[in-house]
Amino acid sequence: MSSIAIQPLTRAVRFYEAPIGKKAVMAVTGIVLTGYVVAHLLGNLQIYSSNPEQINKYAAFLHNPANAAALWAARGVLLLCVILHITAACQLWLQNRAARPFRYYKKDDVPNAYAARTMICSGPIIAAFVIFHVLHLTSGAVVRLQEIGPNEPNVRANVILGFSHYPAISAFYILAMGLLCLHLYHGVWSMFQSVGASHPRYTPMLKRVAAIAAILILLGNISIPIAALAGWLTY
Amino acid sequence: MRIVLHIWRQRNANDKGRMARYEVPNVNQEMSFLEMLDVLNEDLIARNEEPVAFDHDCREGICGMCGCMVNGVAHGPQPGTTLCQLHMRHFKDGDELYLEPWRARAFPVVKDLVVDRGAFDRLVAVGGFISATTGCAPDGNAILVPKEKAELSMDAAACIGCGACVAMCPNASASLFMGAKLAHLGLLPQGQPERYGRVAAMVAQAKAERFGACTNIGECEAVCPKEIKLEVIARMNRDFLKGSWTGRGALRDDAEEVSKKPLAGSRR
Repeated sequence: MSSIAIQPLTRAVRFYEAPIGKKAVMAVTGIVLTGYVVAHLLGNLQIYSSNPEQINKYAAFLHNPANAAALWAARGVLLLCVILHITAACQLWLQNRAARPFRYYKKDDVPNAYAARTMICSGPIIAAFVIFHVLHLTSGAVVRLQEIGPNEPNVRANVILGFSHYPAISAFYILAMGLLCLHLYHGVWSMFQSVGASHPRYTPMLKRVAAIAAILILLGNISIPIAALAGWLTY
Repeated sequence: MRIVLHIWRQRNANDKGRMARYEVPNVNQEMSFLEMLDVLNEDLIARNEEPVAFDHDCREGICGMCGCMVNGVAHGPQPGTTLCQLHMRHFKDGDELYLEPWRARAFPVVKDLVVDRGAFDRLVAVGGFISATTGCAPDGNAILVPKEKAELSMDAAACIGCGACVAMCPNASASLFMGAKLAHLGLLPQGQPERYGRVAAMVAQAKAERFGACTNIGECEAVCPKEIKLEVIARMNRDFLKGSWTGRGALRDDAEEVSKKPLAGSRR
């Protein structure tokens, strides 16, 4: 065995070629994307602030031209993570499908593991939701967005109008958040398994924490369209 | 008791195969599942029909030869048992059972319920060994092994290579099998020299054999007759990642050539 280090690129390619390498990429990008989901939710929850202008101030801060470089860097990292996560998922899905070319006549699912089995369904729907969400509330391609001034979107008005005037859009948001909850539950505990952390003492705790976190994120996210539809939020 | 069987019949690897219905009217509830199939086969032979081919050897749950899907569950409904250790008292009079061979790209059907598990042999051939000096027996206790490590290694070594994990996995992944072999050897001092090369070689070989990847569902763990835990897969992942990023050289000089194609031989 040679002790000369192989080329870093060769090492990375060989690493990614292996299914375990792809799963590790999915785990690491999953951590970044989960972190973003939490940060995004915390930003959104400012709509409940006693100061109605709070969320618009936050939006103005993000859109401030002085922060443009940081904003686009964050968007770039997120986009890269999304691309890597989806690419690895598709490659593994194709490999896994090819590994069982003949279906069983009868097949029982022994552990239910609904969230784990439906990752390949919840994932694409969430991806479609993300695209719609950006068109809806970031770029304003679905409904015209209101602005207070240049680089100062009136987020409060856009969110409340965007949900309360279009119950179908709100319903799609709520459905997508339900699927995100399932995706996060499996993803959050599974990323530990994928990078090799499993212990009979801690893994059951981890699954409970993942379930609680996923449900809290779900409740936080769907509370906004529900509150807007119910007329609890005013602008 | 009377049992209705729907069994996958396939003359050879090239035959298309189909499900066939049989009735076994005189099943004793003390029979093992394989004995029930023996009764069916004697009846088929008496009627001048082709008996159902199924793998078996020790019939005491330790050799890993037997196994088929029973109503969509590998080794049938009883957890922690091989098919030969499953008894007919777990079924009711008039039950309809669907028997199918393990289904995986890596496990081609040889005949009826018999599949070629040579892919497992090739996985073991690339990594399931240690570099020990052969010859005289080593001194007892010359190499100390902590009790806990010895127990965990022994739990993993209980794997009999039956293939139920692959059969049950929605992705036909051999991760539980590989994890068991890697934990069995990697937990012991004797397994350290090849520890990281072993995992790289086995992972590459599994891909060449067209096994799927793990999606952390846990069907393998649920049907494993030796109750090997999902934890061994995490251990494999850990060793693979550590070996990939901290190893100084190529993990195994020959890993690349090995992974190009399944090893020759081991075809029935």
